[in-house]
Amino acid sequence: MSTTVANTGTEVKTWGGGNEPLKASYGKMMMWFFIVSDALTFSGFLAAYGFSRFKFIDAWPIADEVFTHVPFLHGQELPMIYVAFMTFVLIMSSVTMVLAVDAGHHLNKAKVTLYMFLTIIGGIIFVGSQAWEWATFIKGDFGAVQTKGGNILQFVDTDGHRVALRDFVVAGEHERVQQERKNGIWFVEEGTLPPYTVEEVVHGLEKHENILVRTQLLDEHGHKTVLSREESLKQLKNNGKLVVEGANLHVNEYGSPLFADFFFFITGFHGFHVFSGVVINIIIFFNVVLGTYERRKSYEMVEKVGLYWHFVDLVWVFVFTFFYLV
Amino acid sequence: MAHAHKLEIFRGLVKFKSNTQKIWGVLVFLTIVTAVEVVLGIYKPESLMKHVLGMKGLNWIFIILTLVKAYYITWDFMHMRDETKGLRRAVVWTTIFLILYLIFILLQEGGYVFRVYDDGFIKRDF
Repeated sequence: MSTTVANTGTEVKTWGGGNEPLKASYGKMMMWFFIVSDALTFSGFLAAYGFSRFKFIDAWPIADEVFTHVPFLHGQELPMIYVAFMTFVLIMSSVTMVLAVDAGHHLNKAKVTLYMFLTIIGGIIFVGSQAWEWATFIKGDFGAVQTKGGNILQFVDTDGHRVALRDFVVAGEHERVQQERKNGIWFVEEGTLPPYTVEEVVHGLEKHENILVRTQLLDEHGHKTVLSREESLKQLKNNGKLVVEGANLHVNEYGSPLFADFFFFITGFHGFHVFSGVVINIIIFFNVVLGTYERRKSYEMVEKVGLYWHFVDLVWVFVFTFFYLV
Repeated sequence: MAHAHKLEIFRGLVKFKSNTQKIWGVLVFLTIVTAVEVVLGIYKPESLMKHVLGMKGLNWIFIILTLVKAYYITWDFMHMRDETKGLRRAVVWTTIFLILYLIFILLQEGGYVFRVYDDGFIKRDF
């Protein structure tokens, strides 16, 4: 407010620069306009996600089948529970932030300190949860085979339950070893090799009568198509090219590689915003503790970082809907 | 400015005594909306899976509930309710207009590319 801005002595003149038609300080207004531009960046990402999804509308991965894990509850299928928890943590930290802003209006230093601290803790819990989510996604679950056309073949039993590669494929002796920088051609390396070859998966499928192939294609009820036994073997033998476990930017056991690309890009960009929000909050927290705003008689800086922090929460609400729900 | 909060939500249906109370009230509301979304997302009631305007009815519900949440986060947590009309319109309408345009163009083209694949001009089911 006025105490933080140098007075120019022109406040009374309409065109002198002291006029505030929007009744908001320069800093706060610029934070709002930054938020507008950042919102457009995020909507660009989400709209691009929508583009890819409409492009592959009949073969897009089903988020409920991808994000089913909760820490410490290993092996249980609990779709969305963990993301809902993350959403709640972020909304809760938004609440503590707005309480800090409110306490700032009453110039109550002790309360601002406490609420800023709780906000930072909430942010750290969220970023940690997201790291765990990423690790689970990258590690993968059941494994799949990618075809020549880049489609994913997954495996189910006759009841329609997913079957992991490790449950029916036996790994043989592999002659091929991973190329590292220190051996073979100097300074050339490659990613981790898949634990099985396509031939081993074919053998495994031949031996287990009750296992079928499931393609990416969605039927009219939104379920993925399960092939018959003969078609399963035929599809795998003719088109199977690469065994995939987990996800990276090139391949993805859950379906279209674009799904993983957008997951990494959008949640990564959002996570980066949360991380920078936590860093800015920590800086402001120390300023509060040192009494900078107490001496200034204005906690407007808390309000400005608060706007940014709420914006991060706002973006997550949309990411949650378009990545996990819709 | 510091003590000029508008304390009504739902168009005056609920009026809070203090700003702190309003914050907790909005939190309760947002939590309920999120809980409804999660429950619907887990159970996916059969009656809501019919297509309405080219999309599953359930997806429309999710999108509308998301916009409701976005409104209350912006209006009450970010104090948009207390800003002047000029600032509010400059921020909100600019964003909404540009985003609607972006969504229209990209989703339209996504559907077009899908039909190109679907009509068999390009083969990818191998």
